[in-house]
Amino acid sequence: MIEAVVVFFYLAIVLYIGIFAFRRGTRTGEDYFLANRSLGSVVFLLSLFGTNMTSVTILGSSGRAFRDGIGVYGLMASSSAIVIPLTIFLAGTRIWAHGKRFGHKTPVQFFRDRWEAGAIGTFIFALQAVLLVPYIVVGVKGGGETLFAISGGSIPRWFGGGIVASVVMGYVFFGGMRGTAWVNSFQTLLFLSFGFAAVLVIGNGMGGFSSAVERMLADPHLAPLLTLERMNPYVSFSFLFIPLSAIAFPHIGIFCLTARRMSSFRSTVIFYPLCILAIWMPCVFLGALSAGEPAVASAVEAGGDSDQVMIILLKTHAPRWLAGILGAGIMAAVMATDSQILALSTMFTEDVFAYHGGRSRFGERAQVLTGRMFVLGVTAVAFIVGITTTQQIFDIAVKYAFTGYAALSPLVFAAVFWKRSTKYGAFAGALTVAAGVACVAWLESAYTVPGIVWQWKDVPLVVRTPSGAALYKGILPVVPLTLLSSLAVVCGSLLTRPPSSATLDRYFPPPVRPLESLEVR
Amino acid sequence: MKRLVLTLLAAVLLGLHQGFWMRDAARPLFFGFLPVALAYHGLLTIAAAGFLTLCVKLAWPAHLDERGRSPSESRTSGGEGLPR
Repeated sequence: MIEAVVVFFYLAIVLYIGIFAFRRGTRTGEDYFLANRSLGSVVFLLSLFGTNMTSVTILGSSGRAFRDGIGVYGLMASSSAIVIPLTIFLAGTRIWAHGKRFGHKTPVQFFRDRWEAGAIGTFIFALQAVLLVPYIVVGVKGGGETLFAISGGSIPRWFGGGIVASVVMGYVFFGGMRGTAWVNSFQTLLFLSFGFAAVLVIGNGMGGFSSAVERMLADPHLAPLLTLERMNPYVSFSFLFIPLSAIAFPHIGIFCLTARRMSSFRSTVIFYPLCILAIWMPCVFLGALSAGEPAVASAVEAGGDSDQVMIILLKTHAPRWLAGILGAGIMAAVMATDSQILALSTMFTEDVFAYHGGRSRFGERAQVLTGRMFVLGVTAVAFIVGITTTQQIFDIAVKYAFTGYAALSPLVFAAVFWKRSTKYGAFAGALTVAAGVACVAWLESAYTVPGIVWQWKDVPLVVRTPSGAALYKGILPVVPLTLLSSLAVVCGSLLTRPPSSATLDRYFPPPVRPLESLEVR
Repeated sequence: MKRLVLTLLAAVLLGLHQGFWMRDAARPLFFGFLPVALAYHGLLTIAAAGFLTLCVKLAWPAHLDERGRSPSESRTSGGEGLPR
């Protein structure tokens, strides 16, 4: 129970940070939703990274490495290390510049202004909201599981999920973006420092990493976990598309708007891969090694949930007080759901409430209050869904949130780079994503038993796998969906009229000609 | 030219990410415990940081900084000014 007490102490600190941020706030919408666009380089890096470091990173990755081996690092980590900072460099900086100049607070505001789109913007908002909810559910579910495991089962999952949801709701409700950014920075620092201690302690408990690895390599059943043997190359290729989701996630888009200067992006872009290395490498490695630990293997077999392997490792090898601190570190990652909740609230108040005249009628204070009420509502829904779902964390997130947002990324790139893109192109892309994700969800519910769904001349083209749906040789739906969405944006744009030249000149200003090149008439 | 080189480097990194030529190998163990495939992907992550440093040094979009600093031309404050 000492571990649980330490975690509760940590939760109290986090709540206090949120309330402290509330005292520093200025009660305006810009301050509550965007921290007055004032985040400096260090907080920007730590909070942006913390936002992306969710329960998938700690619990999901180690759980999947327990089952499939070290290849999980290549699937999600090294691909993210290349793609995410590159997309932030290419599109994030431009989203920031346009946002600062034109006053955008959400990606949908940017889309509406850039493409002169009204109702289509509302459609994109609805789609983003539907796709973001599963990601929030992941956080609440992970919180419940973490507290359950840390307390040795004395805190039920539903109660643990409720506590996590309440704390997150508390500091987002009071602290808004400033509170969320500070909490995320604190959480990232905590995990980076104590994560290192965890690796040393667990390695020591296993009798040293070298001997643990040698034991596994001597066992023909376990040795493949230390190779890429269990990684289907087509799945590995598919996972290159998943990190594209980051730039399309509204909470990342909104975070890009919070930087004080563009120079804040420099350190974020450079250090992001190294942060990924520091967090993911130990999680995946320990997850794979835990398959060779009899205590962990039997506990997972009994409980049936590999997402708990990291916590079981801590409880087995670390002293109780340290396990508590490290459990708090895991909790830190799990609670990254805060920025998604705040993003949904920002989107609702800006893209729906303010857009339909709510702010002009009821004032800015009412807008902030609406945002806070929305935070309460969303967290409550996420809690209920989180305690009633049974699928593994990793699979829920990948299937719906990551796939959908990766397929939405062509809209972001078209808005930022392609002058000829139009609102109907964006609508076609968004509609393709909605239809594709609905199709995947239908397929998984209609075909519950793994097997071939559709084949052509004895070649399986659509397959129901134990964890979801796949295409030819294991290619994941994210690949065709992203390509189809790109095609839809291009075709839809080329077939329709571009935005007015006034709008295009605002977003793509003509280059300024030097005075000496002008002819004197 | 700089952009072409950076684009090629990005393509090379993404190609190297697949690492299919070492699928069945666990050895050699780096530092005596790190399987070769994991060490390879770790090095690839460090290479990604190097590549992104090059992007920042060689292709930093400085004009956007000016654009962001310019006086706000907000048509969107609260969203009411947007086209309906």
